[in-house]
This record gives sequence, structure tokens and C-alpha cells, in this order.
Amino acid sequence: MEIISKIALPIFVLLIVFYGVKKKVNVYDTFLEGAKDGLITTFNIFPAIIAMIFAINIFLDSEVLLFIIKLLNPFIGGINLNVEIIPMAILRPISGTASLAIMNEIFQKFGPDSYIGMLSSILQGCTDTTIYVIALYFSSIKVTKIKHALWVGLFADFVGIMMAFILTNLFF
Amino acid sequence: MVSYIWAFLIIIGLIYSFFSGRIEVINKSILANATEALDLILSLLPIIVLWTGMLKIAEESGLLDKFAKLLNPILSKLFPDVPKDNKALGYISSNIAANMLGLGSAATPAGLKAMSELQKLNQKKDTATTPMITFLVLNTAGVTLIPTTILALRVAYNSGNPEIIILPAILATASSSIAGLTLDYFIRKKKKKWK
Repeated sequence: MEIISKIALPIFVLLIVFYGVKKKVNVYDTFLEGAKDGLITTFNIFPAIIAMIFAINIFLDSEVLLFIIKLLNPFIGGINLNVEIIPMAILRPISGTASLAIMNEIFQKFGPDSYIGMLSSILQGCTDTTIYVIALYFSSIKVTKIKHALWVGLFADFVGIMMAFILTNLFF
Repeated sequence: MVSYIWAFLIIIGLIYSFFSGRIEVINKSILANATEALDLILSLLPIIVLWTGMLKIAEESGLLDKFAKLLNPILSKLFPDVPKDNKALGYISSNIAANMLGLGSAATPAGLKAMSELQKLNQKKDTATTPMITFLVLNTAGVTLIPTTILALRVAYNSGNPEIIILPAILATASSSIAGLTLDYFIRKKKKKWK
């Protein structure tokens, strides 16, 4: 199983470069052109990253979550979850940047190879920002009655998040 | 939506820390925050730039289109209401293909075009059609083969095995897509019965 994870990236690179050469694309110049776009994209998301790191850090540092979990303890009882993972799971479908900021926090505190580090990585990878995509796509064509789109999308996210927990326990 | 959540996080965090006496910690963290954001963006930057460069080659050489064509037979099954030669299917497959390769910025334009093509087939312009919903479910489940940002961050924090999460992440996202599509399928069937 591990081998698939290990060879996915090199195989993609080989395939892309090989096919590019075969189709007589100027691979080097094209690479530079794309890389420049990537640079611009990254700088474009910088303000959002600053904003989200700022808000998430205040929220996590205030330890208000410990308080909420204490309140909920009689109800959820015994479930041993790291405090950071809950808001991350909740925020994932809403804002990719917010959950990225939490993942960053988790890596900083526990390291990327810890159990919670693995869990947060898979959580970040298992779904897209459903609410944002639905809002953007439907508003672009002025559809207001979206029927069951949101619920099905959130249901899919929920399944993805549950699978992230299960798979982390299974794999690591 | 994001605006409310952002404000909520800040306001709740600050008010609670006034009561809990953690305001000093917050004070320090506000000042350190911006640097942390810069560190984050700097650790993401190299792999994003590298990967967008790679994918540009895939785009120019037609590999992305080829990849999209592979998806076509599956797509025509998922979208029985869309005519087989409709442009929408092409846009949908390039959207999904771009998403799979972690090329979000190329996925969005294709996705928006797919939506406007689907809107042309729509009888009631303010109401979502079934193909639109199926497309969004497929899209939001976000099947990503190469999760570049996550890999970048794992590398930045000296992970011994940054790529180990790829397979479990693919499995998680695949089950989320399948679950979404199944639910969507049953809702569609049920609605047809009511009619």
C-alpha cells in the first residue's frame, strides 16, 4: 500500500515530461511560464492566509475550546479527540485556508508524522470547500433554488471526514 | 459566510481570553501571527510553483485533455440527462481532471463554463437541475491525486514520510464522492417516483 503513495509523484512527473517531449512542447519554457503563474497565485492567497492564521490563532490560544469540550464532556464522554481536530473538521467544508491554518498549527505543535498530524493531513486532502464552491458556481449562473445540492455535498464531506478518522487508525 | 466565521473566531477568542486570563498569551500571539503566516506561505511556495510549472506542460501537451477524455465514458453514465455531444461534458471532465491533479486554478474556469452550458439546457432558470447537482457533488468531494499544499507543508515541517498520506487521502475522498453520488442518485430516483 505504501508503495503507491511513494511512486505516485515520480510517475506523474515522468509522464508529464515524457508526453510533453513526445508532443514537441518546449517543456522548459512552458514550465517557467506555469511556475510564474504559480508564484502569482501564491501571492494572491497570502492576504487570506494572514487573515485566517490571525483569527485561528486567537481562537485556539484563548483555549475556549477546552471550555466547550468540558461543557460537552457528559454528552460525548470518553471520546479522546485532540482539541484542534474538531474545529478543523468543521471548518474544512467552509474555508480551505482556515483548515490549512489549523493544520499548520497542528504540525507546529505535534509534527506532521504524529497521529494527529497524519489525521489532519488526510482531513485536509479528503474534501474541497463545498460551501464556497456551491455558492460560487450557482451564483455565477444566477440559480437561487439549489434543491438538495448543499445537503448532498455536506453529506459527502461528512463521509469523507469519517473515512479520514477510520483510515488514519487503519494505516498508522 | 467566511466573513462571519472569521469575525466569530476573533470575537469569541478575545472575549473568552479576557475572562480566562489568557489575554497576555493572545497579546503575544497577535504580534507573532503575521510572521507565522509568512512562514506558512514561504513553505508552500516552492512546491506550488514547481507543480504549476509541471501542470502547465501537461496542459500544453494535451495530456490534461487526454486525461479528461478517459473520464468521458464514466461521465456520460453519471449525466444521463445531458446529450452526449454537449459541450458541458467536456468542461466537466476537464474540471474533474484539473481537480485530480491539484490544479484548482485551472479547475474553476472549466467548472464555471460547465455550469453555464448546463444552464442553457435548463428550463427553469432560477432552479438547479439534476445534472448541476450531480456535477457539484462530484466537484466538492474534490478527488485529488496529488495534494500539493499538504505535501509542501509536510516537507516544510521535516516529515520523514511526506507522501505517505497520498493513498489514504485518495481513499477518503473516493468514498466521499461515492457516498455523495449514491445519495444524489437515490434522491433523483425518489423524486421521479413522486412525479
